[in-house]
Amino acid sequence: MSAAPQKAKAGAEKIEVTVSAVVPLNPLVTRFEFTRRDGQPFPPFSAGAHTVVEMRDGERTRLNPYSLMSDPGDNSIYAISVRRDDQGRGGSLFLHNKVKVGDPMTITFPVNLFPLDLRGRKHVFLAGGIGITPFLAMIAHLERMGGAWELHYSCRSRELGTYVDELTYKHPNKVHVYFDDQDQAIGLEDLLDGQPLGTHVYVCGPKGMIDWVHATAAAHGWPDENVHSEEFLAPQPGKPFEVRLCKSDITIQVGEHESLLEAMERCGVDAPFLCRGGACGQCETDVVDSDGDFVHRDHWLDDDEHASGKKIMPCVSRFVGKTLVLDR
Amino acid sequence: MTIQFNTETFRDDYSFRNSDWAIKRFPFPFHEDSYMYSVNMEQHRGGPAGSVYEKRFDVDEHYVSEMADRAIVLADDPLRCQSLPHMTLAGWDTLELIMVCKSEDYPDLFELHRDGDRWRWINKPMGIDHTFTFLDETTLPCGPLEYITRQAQGDYAVLDQRGDMLYMDAGMVTTQADWSLDFDIGMDFFEWHAPVPLAHEMGIFKRALKFLLNVQQGAPARRLNWTMTVNPLLDTSPENYHKWGVQKTTLTPENIGAKQHLRVELQTFYRLPRSNALLFPIRCYLIAFQDLVSVPKWGRRLHRVVRDLPEELATYKGFIANRPMMLDYLSRYDDGLPTSPGIWPDLDSEPPLQT
Amino acid sequence: MSKFQFPPSIASRPVYGTLEPRPGKAHLMIADAEGAEALLDLAARDAALFATAHIIFIPKGTGETYVERLRALGPAQFYVGPSYAASVQRIRRVLSDAHMGLQVYLAGTEGLMGQAQNEAMQAGIPHGAIQTEHRGSVARRMQCVHCKGITEDVTTDPFVCSHCGLNLFVRDHYSRRLAAFQGVCIDAEDPGNVPEPVELYK
Repeated sequence: MSAAPQKAKAGAEKIEVTVSAVVPLNPLVTRFEFTRRDGQPFPPFSAGAHTVVEMRDGERTRLNPYSLMSDPGDNSIYAISVRRDDQGRGGSLFLHNKVKVGDPMTITFPVNLFPLDLRGRKHVFLAGGIGITPFLAMIAHLERMGGAWELHYSCRSRELGTYVDELTYKHPNKVHVYFDDQDQAIGLEDLLDGQPLGTHVYVCGPKGMIDWVHATAAAHGWPDENVHSEEFLAPQPGKPFEVRLCKSDITIQVGEHESLLEAMERCGVDAPFLCRGGACGQCETDVVDSDGDFVHRDHWLDDDEHASGKKIMPCVSRFVGKTLVLDR
Repeated sequence: MTIQFNTETFRDDYSFRNSDWAIKRFPFPFHEDSYMYSVNMEQHRGGPAGSVYEKRFDVDEHYVSEMADRAIVLADDPLRCQSLPHMTLAGWDTLELIMVCKSEDYPDLFELHRDGDRWRWINKPMGIDHTFTFLDETTLPCGPLEYITRQAQGDYAVLDQRGDMLYMDAGMVTTQADWSLDFDIGMDFFEWHAPVPLAHEMGIFKRALKFLLNVQQGAPARRLNWTMTVNPLLDTSPENYHKWGVQKTTLTPENIGAKQHLRVELQTFYRLPRSNALLFPIRCYLIAFQDLVSVPKWGRRLHRVVRDLPEELATYKGFIANRPMMLDYLSRYDDGLPTSPGIWPDLDSEPPLQT
Repeated sequence: MSKFQFPPSIASRPVYGTLEPRPGKAHLMIADAEGAEALLDLAARDAALFATAHIIFIPKGTGETYVERLRALGPAQFYVGPSYAASVQRIRRVLSDAHMGLQVYLAGTEGLMGQAQNEAMQAGIPHGAIQTEHRGSVARRMQCVHCKGITEDVTTDPFVCSHCGLNLFVRDHYSRRLAAFQGVCIDAEDPGNVPEPVELYK
């Protein structure tokens, strides 16, 4: 043991990769496949895991989490599918516009905040749009290891139905697709009733869909522990604000289109983080002093902690006011 | 590397002995002259050459005999190794981790040859040469967790991670400091730690849980824990306490140097890839007081730690009744000189005992 | 009848609540002895719940005291069992036929609630979703950590293991899986020195 315990480096371990395929699937979604630069097999991962992709866009470095959609049993490639967001902060645009086959990139070891409950008797997947990605890995795992599942997949249209053909061809009895433009919708209440005890439901999609599934399940007597959701929060822009960092002894400005975490990193502060999406708790920071209002956007702190003004999650949350002093 | 494996017992005649090599590399756990609980985690990324921290799963001279003792415990009580049904995948993750690490770190002792899912595992010290199919339990003589932990020193708790909590859902526990896997299996992190005094009020377990939930693949962590045992008895289980408890009363001022052992657990934490479970190996090292005090700094420090330890901790760790006798013995090795910070023996800089 | 206040204890010691009506497709209620009063109190809060309820009641020493009053609540199914052991097969069958949306309510002794809770957990219901309310006897189910035998209805500390005869002290450390508290040999370090048994909670 060293005399002083070492701090863990921020973020998960990195893997150097080469882009081995760029496959546009439809006008909005493109799949990116990676192989390791050192020729070693990728680490195995648990379905539902994501990787954080590092994007060097000129002076700006972005770190975005994307679900691994590849088969966890195939260690020769990792694959992600990315939906282009023209109104977003630029990460998906960077990938769609600037990344080509053969490019070197850096991604992380898998991190799983959305795992299967392996005790489940049956797994029901509810996907909205690009939320289909983690379920592709889960389905591959359950098919390989044996496990009952069914998928209910809501898409805007057939044209934008990513992987619909492949899924309905491979699993005709277990995949049900609903197209918004044909007024089809998941019949959630009927779906929930009659499921055997020990069924788990997983939902990945827009916030509204997630809230709807949680609320409906609760109203039908489902325990919270049986309903799982993942929503990656992209940091929302907001008014610039100033922050004093005690430990680093600097004062920084957080710009309109960068998160508090990104601003700290830009100023050379080695702040802890992991998922970068408000879910894992790793970036939790103590507030030393404040005069203003917190804009909490995370899923980690509880209501009391949000109200206390003593903690903030810099990866997604912001501040409006005169003074913010953090213990960082 | 060549290790001379002892033939020794951890019961009955207690022929266990530490060589000079084992004594010098013993994981002394105290970095200062007093002890209180802390979340003393650090990265498990190697250590000084030859130390117990260098390799991912340390193998020492006691390996073969410890595994023989484990086999005896399991023959007497198979319930010491249990795995809830959903934890088989984590068992395979554990098997892979230990086989890969040991074959890489000790290539003279262990070999792993993989051809797709057909694996051949060679364990020379234990005379094992076995070919099996990875992920197919029907090709192993027992479940994967039991199979590999019968060949790896220390206990292994396998913790399922669900809903921001850890659950002790599988384990091989034959060298424990007085807790029962059969009783605790299925409990969550706070529940299985429920009997530990003071630590809950200090918030130790809340902080520890948060750290452990975020241990990631490729970035294992470690910490040290300690207690006291009379005789080099590995199986200090609650199950057999009605047999071994009385040994605590056999200490005398004449035999305490040889019989009283400091028992240190090197605990490591690994994120398992396919199951997303957390592997928690608990590796037990024993040292007799008379060997420990051969390192002057350790002799001075252990006296002070034992003397000033709060009564609740000495009681929970089971040595409150023997503490006065321990202090009589240890005080002879504490000349009051200052000790350097840190756990290392510092033989070059720490002066010998002043009489 | 007032409810017993268990003294605060360690994290693994179960803490019981008060049954409350919850939304669900079906309601399974299992109670023994004075636990019936908790079901009657629940009915006072929401009588309509019982139209889709299945009540399994084990009177133990209370004889006929509660049977008709429970029947009068109009449950969809009503079973009076002579003992928990005789009722277990029925409980398992009900759970294996059940669907998500089943609410489970347990009331009465710790031993009954612990065992029924374990059956529900085996069937796939998380323990946090199972409601419990203690009524009646505070006797404990104790597992002897040495021989693994369970001694029922323990009311003193120490007590004698009904299987292997060791003198055991009563711990608050509790296993949901075994539905029992842990008993450990009290005179291991001083054989024969066994304190006079004292009633629990005195």
